[in-house]
Amino acid sequence: MDNHILEVNNLHVSFKTRNGEVPAVRGVNFSLKKGETLAIVGESGFGKSVTAKSIMQLLPKQNTIIPEGEILYEGKDLLKFSKKEIQNVRGSDISMVFQDPMTSLNPTMKIGKQIMEGLSRHMSLTKKQARERAKEMLELVGIPNTEARLDAYPHQFSGGMRQRVVIAIALACNPKVLIADEPTTALDVTIQAQILRLMRGLQEKMDTAIVLITHDLGVVANMADRVAVMYAGEVVEQGTLDEIFYSPQHPYTLGLLRSMPNLDAPRTEPLIPIPGSPPDPASLGTGCPFAARCPYTMKVCHDHNPDYTAVSGTQAVRCWLQDERTPEEHVPEVIRKGRQTSEIAADQAAIDAAGGVPV
Amino acid sequence: MKRYLIQRFAYAVITLFIIVTATFLLMQLLPGTPYSNAEKLTESQRAILDAKYGLDKPVAIQYITYIGNLIQGDLGYSFQYQGRTVMSMIGDRIGPSALIGLQGLVFGTIIGLVLGIISALRHNTAVDYVSVTIAVLGMSIPSFVFAALLQYFIGVKLGWLPVALWENYQSTILPSLALSVTVIATVARFIRSEMLEVLGQDYVTTARAKGLNESGVIWKHVIRNALIPVVTMLGPLAVSIMTGTLVIEKIFGVPGLGEQFTLSILVLDYSVIMGITLLYSALFIFVVFVVDVLYGLLDPRIDLKGGSKA
Ligand SMILES: Nc1ncnc2c1ncn2[C@@H]1O[C@H](COP(=O)(O)OP(=O)(O)OP(=O)(O)O)[C@@H](O)[C@H]1O
Ligand code: SF4
Ligand SMILES: [Mg+2]
Repeated sequence: MDNHILEVNNLHVSFKTRNGEVPAVRGVNFSLKKGETLAIVGESGFGKSVTAKSIMQLLPKQNTIIPEGEILYEGKDLLKFSKKEIQNVRGSDISMVFQDPMTSLNPTMKIGKQIMEGLSRHMSLTKKQARERAKEMLELVGIPNTEARLDAYPHQFSGGMRQRVVIAIALACNPKVLIADEPTTALDVTIQAQILRLMRGLQEKMDTAIVLITHDLGVVANMADRVAVMYAGEVVEQGTLDEIFYSPQHPYTLGLLRSMPNLDAPRTEPLIPIPGSPPDPASLGTGCPFAARCPYTMKVCHDHNPDYTAVSGTQAVRCWLQDERTPEEHVPEVIRKGRQTSEIAADQAAIDAAGGVPV
Repeated sequence: MKRYLIQRFAYAVITLFIIVTATFLLMQLLPGTPYSNAEKLTESQRAILDAKYGLDKPVAIQYITYIGNLIQGDLGYSFQYQGRTVMSMIGDRIGPSALIGLQGLVFGTIIGLVLGIISALRHNTAVDYVSVTIAVLGMSIPSFVFAALLQYFIGVKLGWLPVALWENYQSTILPSLALSVTVIATVARFIRSEMLEVLGQDYVTTARAKGLNESGVIWKHVIRNALIPVVTMLGPLAVSIMTGTLVIEKIFGVPGLGEQFTLSILVLDYSVIMGITLLYSALFIFVVFVVDVLYGLLDPRIDLKGGSKA
């Protein structure tokens, strides 16, 4: 468990606003191994982007407070880094791809220069070498006619091509971690698939670990090794892709799966939206944040926020239903069933790990 | 590029032509006569004078003659000063106006940019509030009030600079300062809001995410992009300088075009009024033309070949 390249422990992030301090991230935990893809899913406003930006420390200094937590990169806490040190990490060890390729490139700077900037910052290259490398990167992300494209401006590229450029910028210095915040949300479906394929290909080539933020479960199914589900600033459940999809243990994960289309399997049951609306982060009490919308709420849920319960070696959930004091008959069928599958999956994983006895 | 230039230039010429026509027609509507001693003139004396200045001809003929002369660079004779051409009068007067105008513009732009940029970088701090207040005051208080304040404090109280009159270089400083106040305020407000907008753009976050240091991000990505639209301010600024000189020159006794202009209006010196109006219009149209071209050169999104936004 300690060969993690990135580890986020009990991260809290709040913003100073006119109505006082508002928590956006409330105790997030996750970790990432080399070459692995972790998907972070959850509805809008649940602190996915804030989590991502706090890793790179790209949140506005004036109103951001990080009262607690650590972000370990190769074992060192990024939150304790000096300004200079964090600048050295950005773009060279950890890179980021943003949601909207139409706005994430400087409109008045040539593409080549925008790629070369990071290169000259982190690698001791001559101008010529940097340009050569920028050209290679454009080729790598599948942009034709690279020599001429280096001198083009962003508006001369389509959305999909721009996102390729953004990826080229992000990967130019061979980062060990790539954080992609909804990299395909702004693109149309066919382009989405191309970009995702590109990211996967490059990941294999460079052995990059990816944190992929999305609310598209189809994307998750295609890309992720592991999944963290966020609700109101917390990771309420995490596990392997199979665990989350086939044996979800948190009522929110269940609801999310039932409410979203476009999974691989053809659906027989109708889509069921989660009732109610997400809580206002400014007025969260001490209880479980999902209590108001959860179909299985108990008395304890309103007053006490549950802690993590490990369901398997890889799956953990924050829900009182996992507590042994909860009477078995109150735990809904789906979740009990999921637990068993998850045990089978864990056994299977143990078998695989031990050398593999094909079933 | 060439096509774009020609197109813009054609627009400029057409605009100027429309302004010439409009000014000419407006002049016909002004009451009174251009002769200073009109009451004492007899019928025949008046006819002779009218013939001399071409005022006996129908309006259409006067117009055609005027345009014809204009193309040859001839703005006609002054009605007020015997035998003086409008051209030579403008020539005598343009120097001081151009000097204080340019000084005010350049000084005001530089100070305004510095103030606005610092203000945006220190958004919502005391520095920001102070400079926003300065800008609001600068825009809302008329420049003649500042002129009077400058005269009183720096000219009379401290005695550092001449209160008025046009004697040496020192005489140009207070009028230029008075003119620059509006420029400072306008530019500071404009660049501040441009800066704040650019600072919030995703590509600035991208630049930070590359590991660039903060000053690199600010200079290469923020200020550069925030400066481009400032070029468009040149037009309105030129106007504010031109109208500013009308009052400022009077207050400081600067022998410039503005002062001549007010004088000529009072005595209905038609040809001089028209000459100066045309000069101001031509200047403004020229500035607009320059802005168009500069903007096209600075912002790669504007495609100069087609003359339209890409
Ligand atoms: N700079 C900021 N100042 C104040 N509040 C902020 C700031 N940035 C984010 N927030 C708040 O933090 C909360 C979490 O926002 P975040 O952008 O992380 O959501 P998200 O999960 O990424 O949602 P989406 O799917 O819409 O991108 C929101 O309530 C948002 O209003
Ligand atoms: S803790 Fe209670 S309210 Fe929260 S998800 Fe579990 S059962 Fe529902
Ligand atoms: Mg987001």
